[in-house]
Amino acid sequence: MTSNPSEILRVEHLRKYYPVEKSFLEKMLARNRHFVKAVDDVSFDVRRGEIFTLAGESGCGKTTTGKLVLKLFPVTSGKIFFDGQDITGLKGEELRALRRKMQMIFQDPYASFNPRMRVGDAVGHSLEIHKLAKGEEKKQHVKDILERVGLVPAEKFVDLFPHQISGGQRQRAAMARSLILQPEFIVADEPVSMIDVSLRTAIIDLMLDLRRDFGLTYLFITHDLAIAKYISDRIAVMYLGKIVELGRKDAIFNSPVHPYTKALLAAIPVPNPERKRNPSELIGEVPSAIDIPSGCRFHTRCKYAKEGCSVKEPELVEVTPGHFAACGGFSKA
Amino acid sequence: MEEKNSIRKSMLARLAAVIPVVKSLTTRKGLAGKLVIIGAVLTVAIVVMTALSPWITPYDPNDVGAGDPLTAPNSQFPLGTDLLGRDLLSRVIAGGSVMLEVAIISVLFCAIIGIPLGLFSSHTGGVVDRFISLIMDSIYAFPGIILAIALTLVLGRGVINIALSIAVVYIPSYFRVIRSQVLSMKELPYVEAANSLGAKRRTILRRYILPNVLPSTIVVATVNFADAILTAAGLTFIGLGVNVSIPDWGRDLTYGRTLMLSGNWWVSTFPGIMIILLALGFTLMGEGLSELLNPRLEQGGAK
Amino acid sequence: MPEPLLNVKGLSVEYRTSRGTNHAVDNVSFTLDKAETLGIVGESGSGKSTLGLSLIGLIPFPGKIVDGTITLDGKDVLKLKKEELRKLRGTGICYVFQDPMTSLNPVKKIGDHFVEMIRAHQPKVTKKEALERARNLLKDVGIRTERVSDYPHQLSGGMRQRVMIALAIALNPSIIVADEPTTALDVIVQAKILDLLNSLRDTYGLALILITHDLSIVLERSDKLMVMYAGQVMECAPSHVLYSDPQHPYTRGLLKSIPNIELADQKLEAIAGSPPDLLGLPCGCRFWPRCKEAFERCTKEEPKLFRTAENHWVRCFLYDQEGETQ
Repeated sequence: MTSNPSEILRVEHLRKYYPVEKSFLEKMLARNRHFVKAVDDVSFDVRRGEIFTLAGESGCGKTTTGKLVLKLFPVTSGKIFFDGQDITGLKGEELRALRRKMQMIFQDPYASFNPRMRVGDAVGHSLEIHKLAKGEEKKQHVKDILERVGLVPAEKFVDLFPHQISGGQRQRAAMARSLILQPEFIVADEPVSMIDVSLRTAIIDLMLDLRRDFGLTYLFITHDLAIAKYISDRIAVMYLGKIVELGRKDAIFNSPVHPYTKALLAAIPVPNPERKRNPSELIGEVPSAIDIPSGCRFHTRCKYAKEGCSVKEPELVEVTPGHFAACGGFSKA
Repeated sequence: MEEKNSIRKSMLARLAAVIPVVKSLTTRKGLAGKLVIIGAVLTVAIVVMTALSPWITPYDPNDVGAGDPLTAPNSQFPLGTDLLGRDLLSRVIAGGSVMLEVAIISVLFCAIIGIPLGLFSSHTGGVVDRFISLIMDSIYAFPGIILAIALTLVLGRGVINIALSIAVVYIPSYFRVIRSQVLSMKELPYVEAANSLGAKRRTILRRYILPNVLPSTIVVATVNFADAILTAAGLTFIGLGVNVSIPDWGRDLTYGRTLMLSGNWWVSTFPGIMIILLALGFTLMGEGLSELLNPRLEQGGAK
Repeated sequence: MPEPLLNVKGLSVEYRTSRGTNHAVDNVSFTLDKAETLGIVGESGSGKSTLGLSLIGLIPFPGKIVDGTITLDGKDVLKLKKEELRKLRGTGICYVFQDPMTSLNPVKKIGDHFVEMIRAHQPKVTKKEALERARNLLKDVGIRTERVSDYPHQLSGGMRQRVMIALAIALNPSIIVADEPTTALDVIVQAKILDLLNSLRDTYGLALILITHDLSIVLERSDKLMVMYAGQVMECAPSHVLYSDPQHPYTRGLLKSIPNIELADQKLEAIAGSPPDLLGLPCGCRFWPRCKEAFERCTKEEPKLFRTAENHWVRCFLYDQEGETQ
């Protein structure tokens, strides 16, 4: 397998299907099992030092993809390569060692902390798990990292419980907890969507600073395209488990190709009272992930849909260099 | 071994941390706090009384003929005497020991078996979990007292045996409470977070799940205690109690039954009241604690 | 000048907790005219939801309205008796709750929700008539009428929210208060819901109060805006004025911290500090600990609302002229 040194993560044909629970009788008699196809043939790569965003609405599979990449649960099929190494089947001690290099920031800063563990203990626990430091040395590391994420004075925060600090502070603590292991790669799952608006910028700026200082790479997951525009280098737009468009930030925002991307961008609220808004061009609602439309899964809502769209599922095609879209209207570049 | 010590240490530390928390909460949370205090006072008073009984009983509780048989409460025998002329006050003061022993041993046994079993079963999942749950549910479905009777007949009398019989009846309660909590906690983000940090399963159980699950077991324990006392009384009532020579409320209650009809009400009544008070004490504590330890639904938040 | 539809003066709501008194809403005043959209913006602790709930008398215990008046169509809402207040809900003001997942009764069909609501206010209406109305309302909000016999769990989040809105307009209220109507929804559905609310306003002449933390939504869709912080109104102005001339440091900070996709190279600026602890508010201006432009007076005295233009009020000493205060 060729390993491109500038590539830190590569995902190939990733699939995650959840079987739909049926009664015992139906299981025996049914020919076809029904699946929730949360992630359905997703491939992309993330380059070292970049911020790669998975964007899309809820149910599109972006969070599941992020967790699959971190191997929080097993894939149904597909491969994951981290730093050139195939980690798809990794287990046990090897997996644990890998965890030091890949970390996650969760969406809900409150729920991601054990309510009975003090902040200092929670952050230091990372070191304990990997037997990296103990006692005084551990305490010093904890203090250092808390200061680095802006929780000063560190002595004060070490003894507080999660419910005693604000959402923004908790998210900083979450970053401290991950960073103390000195990872190379961080999956950030909607890190600011549950934080007050006035605190979001600070957290985003912190993430950017940390990238610079620690040489991090981010897989950023969000439904908020406005934030995606601010922070990303490259963006992949997902719909019902598939990537429908992928490209550099400017390409996506300035010249979107896929009708879904266009509709998504048109729907984003803009803080401008003068803005003239065209009514949304999308018809209907997102179909259920159990009953994915045939052919192009977006065709049921697409105003440009043609005959071929309900038959053949379009592949990701390079529209312009580095800019890919999966749309019947662009099958031949 | 080292892990066990650290478990003990962390549990002690947690207990130590809980006490001031509970103290501060009792002053705040009104009714719940008062319930806990009343219950605790009642229970502690009875326990202390029983512990000090060898020294504070006015007469030897077994002293047959200390007074005339079946004298009504008077100045010499404030609670009267029983059929054998024994001072009832002394018997009431000393009569709790068997019950308390039985209750304490059975609760400890329940906890030591039920909690780890619940943790193990729910965390392992799959067929193992199903199987163990099935067994637990079957035991749970049995009317407690009947099961206790059957076990006592098999195991024989004696404090330990009675305690064990009662314990078996209540293990499923702990098991269920722990199991349902662990099952719901397994999906919680902070458990997922611990997993993503690379923590081992055992570590997650010990440091993330167990501390959050223990408070509810305290509540189960107090209710269990109260129930154990009543079951022990019940067993004695039907004659499966302990050795005759130890003063016991349950037995006095039983033997005093027939005397009620002839108007000697005190022989049954006072031991009966004591049983009720002890069970009440624990129940109140349990009720109050369950309110207090289900925390953080503080009102007064504005949005 | 015609009387405004809704006139709130000096409203104050407190929560008395064992840890102290929480001034959730502190001396808030505003007016609302027919077919007008008012946006109330604030973060956690700003008091915006409490404000919304107080308009229909549904403040959760232990909150209490301790001061102020709410006048709807000339009637003093706070002085209404229980029965009259109940009638008001639904016909005068209707509240759309934040979370459509939990606001609908999972064991009742959609149609039954309407029947219950309509008949609670108009008992003479028969079940058949009520269901017919329900179907029309569902059509108005863009849901297929067969859905009237579905259960809530059979509908998606966006559809449930639309059902909530349909319920809200069922009795032709004059005002709809929507509390975070789109927070739980995706951006495309969100846009549709907001479009819907606007079209309803155009069709029925509804007045709309949008309560949200999302400044983008309200700037785009409201006629006028109220920015709240720690229970007080910090700034209040028509939307285009607030956008072109934000005066309060908090408003400015908010505008600079929200990403705007229409701007090319945006540099976002953070607002320092943390959201306020309502039980431990600082002396003086409640915002001063986070304010870049705070000076000595801010730490000692609480500023009043100063009028800087016809319809523009700011609670900040930077604008203290001898002008009017509220």
